[in-house]
Amino acid sequence: MFGFLKKKDETTVPEEKKPSWAERLKAGLAKTRAQLGGQLTGLFRRAKIDDELLEELESTLLMADCGVDATQWLLDELKARVKQHKLETPEQLRLMLIELLTGLLKPLEQPLDISTHRPFVIMIAGVNGAGKTTSIGKLAKHFQSQGRSVLLAAGDTFRAAAREQLAEWGRRSDVTVIAQELGDPAAVIFDAIAAAKARGIDIVLADTAGRLPTQLNLMEEIAKVRRVIQKAEPSGPHEVILVLDANIGQNAIAQVKAFDKTAGVTGLVVTKLDGTAKGGVLAAIARQCPKPIRYIGVGEGIDDLQPFRAAEFVEALFEQ
Amino acid sequence: MLDNLTQRLAKVVKTLRGQTRLTEDNIQDMLREVRMALLEADVALPVIKDFIARVKDKAVGQEVIGSLSPGQALVGVVHRELTELMGGQASSLNLATQPPAVILMAGLQGAGKTTTTGKLGKWLRDRQKKKILTVSCDVYRPAAIEQLKTVSAQAGVDFFPSAVGQKPLDIALAALDYARKHYHDVLLVDTAGRLAIDEAMMAEVRELHTALKPVETLFIVDAMLGQDAVKTAKAFAETLPLTGVILTKLDGDARGGAALSVRQVTGKPLKYAGVGEKLGGLEEFHPERMASRILGMGDILGLVEEAHRNVDQEKAQQLVKKMKSGKGFDLNDFKEQIGQMRKMGGIASLLDKLPAQFGQMAQQAGGAVDDKAIRRIEGVINSMTPGERAKPELIKASRKRRIATGAGVQVQEVNRLLNQFEQTQKVMKQFSKGGMAKMMRGMKGMLPGMR
Repeated sequence: MFGFLKKKDETTVPEEKKPSWAERLKAGLAKTRAQLGGQLTGLFRRAKIDDELLEELESTLLMADCGVDATQWLLDELKARVKQHKLETPEQLRLMLIELLTGLLKPLEQPLDISTHRPFVIMIAGVNGAGKTTSIGKLAKHFQSQGRSVLLAAGDTFRAAAREQLAEWGRRSDVTVIAQELGDPAAVIFDAIAAAKARGIDIVLADTAGRLPTQLNLMEEIAKVRRVIQKAEPSGPHEVILVLDANIGQNAIAQVKAFDKTAGVTGLVVTKLDGTAKGGVLAAIARQCPKPIRYIGVGEGIDDLQPFRAAEFVEALFEQ
Repeated sequence: MLDNLTQRLAKVVKTLRGQTRLTEDNIQDMLREVRMALLEADVALPVIKDFIARVKDKAVGQEVIGSLSPGQALVGVVHRELTELMGGQASSLNLATQPPAVILMAGLQGAGKTTTTGKLGKWLRDRQKKKILTVSCDVYRPAAIEQLKTVSAQAGVDFFPSAVGQKPLDIALAALDYARKHYHDVLLVDTAGRLAIDEAMMAEVRELHTALKPVETLFIVDAMLGQDAVKTAKAFAETLPLTGVILTKLDGDARGGAALSVRQVTGKPLKYAGVGEKLGGLEEFHPERMASRILGMGDILGLVEEAHRNVDQEKAQQLVKKMKSGKGFDLNDFKEQIGQMRKMGGIASLLDKLPAQFGQMAQQAGGAVDDKAIRRIEGVINSMTPGERAKPELIKASRKRRIATGAGVQVQEVNRLLNQFEQTQKVMKQFSKGGMAKMMRGMKGMLPGMR
């Protein structure tokens, strides 16, 4: 219900008026909260803990894309604790659920440390339309605001105008983009790393074309990109980020597993969390294939990419 | 792979063997399993509730025919209902209007609108011989217009240029004007991706719709979409009078429950399915196959199609010739076959596509039917000289030792391969004599480890 507070022209908000991180996250997640939290709050107003309450809780979790497995686990844990702690009021149950979810997501809260190498090579992968290029644009800006120099590598040599899209992001935040007319993504990224070394750049963000895990030749290609990066920078890639669309359902888990197998995923960026989609899929990921969530995208503005913080994330979901 | 619904039900129905009728009582547990299977396939919960009620209605009182188990009978009902729900109305585009017929594309960010616009343009141009104009009203995402321009050029359709500074409405009207003056049959209008909760953006697309009066307003949906599909679809259907849905990225491994959710919520037919990033990748929507997919029942037709796509036709022809002549089938061909199998994603992915019962059968039959064994065979063949590959009978003890060293395996492995090859060759000979039944028996020996 607070979704309209998040205005389209957020990018033009002057610096000094910038709302705090937590506020913006809350604004961005307003819809998520309206959905999940709103229903939950309604639930917890009931007089006592009964089967009906638990069943409705199950529905709500399932509808948040938590998946069968994570939902079952959360409910079982919750039931066990209700017994153990002799919880009686729904309010206590609510707090317990917050605690559980936070506990589940906490291990995924690992911010990206970019100071270990120079250049720090970050490879971005994901399925088509997950928001890879847009995330790179935002990441570039993010690192720049931390005083780092950034270089972008246009490794999506397949999709029409992907290069132009990245170039536009580069222009917006005044970052060099290494691109080639046609050719091999690995070669472009190799060049970019060489250029970054020559120019003393701090961070290289390497874009890749979107691919579905079923396209085996393309999955092999991304494994090759990784190998070539190692050739250019033996210690790299220092981070392999998988970009996940929060709108996607249980296939997100299959994606994490498939990309991890071929490219060795070390972190996730979850995008489009400002829609009606919920964070539920994160719980499923935490249960089945835990990977650190480096950033979450909560808006369309260039600085709406935020580090993931479990406690605040869950709190934002449950705020009354 | 996720459990197949039939198997899951099998676990539940052990207790009701011998019951001849599906009743309210005995399907309760089974319906819960159906619910789980649908949830895992990303069908939205409210849709599932409706669906289950429907299935229950139809299923109760059904006779369990012949050798079917109650579980199988129920799966039959579920499958039929799913197919019916997703199918129904005629699915082709309605372009019967005074040209230009305007088609408006709408959807979330990253659903695949621009790619689908290109695919649809190509489809209409190639199959219906229409003169197509495309235009992009996406003035927000960097290089979106550029993307449509490139895609249109690839599809061989005309493109109406637009620029970032313009208003979407102005662009659309100018394009419509241009299409009229240049006698285009169809105008495809690509729009920016938008979230359903973004009031301003939704108002914009509504405005576009009012001004353009499109004959078709297509909602583009990612097949991977999760529970949220319901809300998104509802919001779009409320804003725009949709006429159809296109499901994209169906070549992925998502079960595609979103198809059912969207169909249920919008009530509009699913018209096409997008597969692959190439512009030829647009297919008519097959409700029955989608139903099987959602239920995890394997996609045999898809498998056949994949085989068709990946296997080199010319080479296959050559092989058939060789097989018919009954001779000349050598290790080179053997390797070729292995290579083609690999192209289709290796044995593991083939097994995945089979209905779960078959897949499991195959796995039980030969625990060693894995891609590693296949790779090893390839390695052994690669260690042979071209002469040896063409004439395997040349290979005697000392050559075997050399090949084994070269491939890094034991001599026994080489022997095994040669045996297998010999068997295959025998099968080929039988085949040439026209003994299909014999061949099927012979096949058992073809795969390593399969008895």
